[in-house]
Amino acid sequence: MKCQFTGLVAWRVQRISAIYMLLFFLYMLSALWLHPWPTYVEWRGWVRRPSISVAILIFFAALLSHMWVGLRDVLLDYARPESLRWFLLAVLGTSLFGAAAWIVWLLLQVQK
Amino acid sequence: MPKSLRPVFLNLTQIQMPVGALTSIGHRFTGVLLALGLPFGLYLFYLSLKSEETFATMMGWLSHPAIHGLATILVWALAHHLLAGVRHLLTDINVGSTLHSARRSAWLVNLSALAIALIASGVLL
Repeated sequence: MKCQFTGLVAWRVQRISAIYMLLFFLYMLSALWLHPWPTYVEWRGWVRRPSISVAILIFFAALLSHMWVGLRDVLLDYARPESLRWFLLAVLGTSLFGAAAWIVWLLLQVQK
Repeated sequence: MPKSLRPVFLNLTQIQMPVGALTSIGHRFTGVLLALGLPFGLYLFYLSLKSEETFATMMGWLSHPAIHGLATILVWALAHHLLAGVRHLLTDINVGSTLHSARRSAWLVNLSALAIALIASGVLL
């Protein structure tokens, strides 16, 4: 199987997603620092703001692709025999796609 | 033909890991830990947005000792993974690559992650 999401591409994805998530965390931490323990209405209102929803969506896209690269490396290092490795990689890929779909659904629900 | 010396038996308890190796394997270990925590994190995110009641229930869970302990472990994992990752990114651009500074930053990462976990544990209590 030839996968485009390996090698230098994977390396770059890992770095770029890491930097985005780092900035996102710093932003979240400073927001929580300025306004700790938000109420439900404040929290939901914040999440459904279009700019924040998009930022959260990008965050999860970064997180899931970062997880693919990292967990793929782990499976390539430890999962033997090869058939088990392919099976686990398939399970991983399916789970990540499932998580992505669920997050999109959740963020669309919040917009209502 | 000389007798093969393989397989080599490695006694893991006898291997002394340098501090950089601890940071490195810690980066991988915490990455897997965070991945295992993601389903729970997503579920909490869902509950926090579903309704006022589920939001309150979720916030109430944080005071439960078992959840509090788990949250502290995940905060440690996140802190370690993030700091070790930044160390990695700096190494990519050749900052802190000498043995001396790499060892120093490895100590800094390992200890700061623990400190952050302790502080977070106190704040969440």
